[in-house]
Amino acid sequence: MEFLKDLWGFLKERKKFWLLPLIVILLLFGVLIIFTSGSAIAPFIYTLF
Amino acid sequence: MPKAILGISAYYHDSAAAILVDGEIIAAAHEERFTRKKHDPSFPINAAKYVLDEAGIAYNDLTAVAFYDKPYIKFERLLETYHSFVPKGLISFLSAMPVWIKEKLFMKKMLNDELAKLGDKKVPVLFPEHHLSHAASAFYPSPFEEAAILTLDGVGEWATTTIGHGKGKEIQILRELDFPHSLGLLYSAFTYYCGFKVNSGEYKLMGLAPYGNPQAEQTITFKKKILEHFVDMREDGSILLNMAYFDYATGLKMAKDKKWEQVLGIPIRKPESNLTQEYMNLALAIQMITEDVVLRLAKTTQELTNSRNIVLAGGVALNCVSNGKLLKSGIFDDIWIQPAAGDAGGALGAALAAWHIWKGEERNAVTGQDAMKGAYLGPDFSARDIEKVARKSGAKYHYFEDDNQLYERISDILAEGNVVGWFQGRMEYGPRALGNRSIIGDARNPEMQKKMNLKIKYREGFRPFAPSVIEEDIQEYFELPTKSPYMLLVVPVNEKRKTPEPEGYNDLEMYDRLYHLRSDIPSITHIDYSARVQSVSRDVNPRYWNLINKFKEKTGYGLLVNTSFNVRGEPIVCTPEDGYRCFMRTEMDYLVLGNYVFDKKEQEKIKDDSNWQEEFELD
Repeated sequence: MEFLKDLWGFLKERKKFWLLPLIVILLLFGVLIIFTSGSAIAPFIYTLF
Repeated sequence: MPKAILGISAYYHDSAAAILVDGEIIAAAHEERFTRKKHDPSFPINAAKYVLDEAGIAYNDLTAVAFYDKPYIKFERLLETYHSFVPKGLISFLSAMPVWIKEKLFMKKMLNDELAKLGDKKVPVLFPEHHLSHAASAFYPSPFEEAAILTLDGVGEWATTTIGHGKGKEIQILRELDFPHSLGLLYSAFTYYCGFKVNSGEYKLMGLAPYGNPQAEQTITFKKKILEHFVDMREDGSILLNMAYFDYATGLKMAKDKKWEQVLGIPIRKPESNLTQEYMNLALAIQMITEDVVLRLAKTTQELTNSRNIVLAGGVALNCVSNGKLLKSGIFDDIWIQPAAGDAGGALGAALAAWHIWKGEERNAVTGQDAMKGAYLGPDFSARDIEKVARKSGAKYHYFEDDNQLYERISDILAEGNVVGWFQGRMEYGPRALGNRSIIGDARNPEMQKKMNLKIKYREGFRPFAPSVIEEDIQEYFELPTKSPYMLLVVPVNEKRKTPEPEGYNDLEMYDRLYHLRSDIPSITHIDYSARVQSVSRDVNPRYWNLINKFKEKTGYGLLVNTSFNVRGEPIVCTPEDGYRCFMRTEMDYLVLGNYVFDKKEQEKIKDDSNWQEEFELD
């Protein structure tokens, strides 16, 4: 719950509501990933993560 | 009850923790030194435990914890970048997103879970911006009441460069350059193309640059082509990168190799392959452009702030060659660079930002001395700890009750051409060893550079070494009008020290040039007659100063070669045990742990340790 509150606060503060649909889809993806795969490995380029 | 703030940098690279008690910097350390994993990105649990212990503060008594950036804004940058490049970048998107969705979006929770291991009270957690953390780490501990602030790195949330102004407890950010246009990432792209590791090999590129021939047609052409195709460099120092040539925004590498090859006429260099003149010329070209950008930015910074002092932080501030040029330019009267300028320094910066900006606390009286305590902010060890290690390892040692006798003996050993591991007092914060976790030798010895590179550090033969000189003798050896306590300024060796260049010097093969005796202190005189100087203050590090001074009494030379106490790919040693292990694995001749001297000839080899080099991934 705290995460959703923070996320909403972030979108409001930055006025980036247009990112909301993207984030929702990503989170759905996320649920899939969590249930289907073992680990997430970061790529080596640090700008990405 | 004192007010204490814990600063944390983590989850990207170079995790670290730092602690302030009533605004005073008490302790700071990199996590890699404890876990023995170079650039360790994990939560700095060991470093955090250490700094709390050093300060005598329980976690539950902390006023706040400050994390060095804003994860959500970083995520925003990531999403917007992919959105603007779509449909390009799908592969990179698919590899980056799982990490974010599984871990980084929930960083606050991750952080809270880790912090819960330190104590059960809910302490406020703050998230100052990445470049504000850098700016705070540069300004607040500086010796200036007022100063211009320049931060330069790869990227934080959005910003890659900021210009600010600090006065008293206030920091104002005046200008910002945003991702993907980044001097740090530009330099990293060339690091990658020249066959070095991104995020650790930048130092090698800088060390390689002086081997380039500035007069060569190829160097001039490289510079012209880089400015024509890759970078639009503006008068005010801002840069625009032509993203058609870079892959880091949406790909999984830094540069588009094929396109670069078409423009530059040379292919990407394979890591660990032979270094040829063309890559040295390329390194020189990008180094010259970097210096140009830094000088232009400094001019803009001066115009915007009207200040006579400048402070620097961010990874690019570790480019000590450009720092030296900035000092020489006279744009500012005085310059101060945060010794932990990279992301590890963000831990300290975040804590300082929380103290002065969030809490609104005044800066302590600025006395002309900086507040970094010589960067000796890490753990120290007692005589008992050292004896324990010696017993455990079955090591033979000589104990010196009297410090002066120790300096006497070690200066003799050094003057005889031996290499000594010098382990004293508190460990350094930041990437440089400053005489407490150092390998030292005689700078006059023409064989020293080769011996240290190939037999002790096991690293590339071309890499230069730096001198530690007693503060009083700086001008005796170097064209340096100020102090350089953190080894962050590269300046020319004094004219009177130099030996003339042989004819056609620039056209000689790399190692012929390298082994030409350029001065009477050859092992620290780089190929272009420069040196990365550390000035040693008697007040700040009396033991190191006394040793060098004793060496001077015997030889007439008040300086030594100083390199970090580690081998290639290994974090700098932290404990006496790390020090002894490193000593035994290399061809180092002597080890000094506090007042205990270990002679290699008297030690028995460590059993079953022949595969130790596989322990550390090459950097």
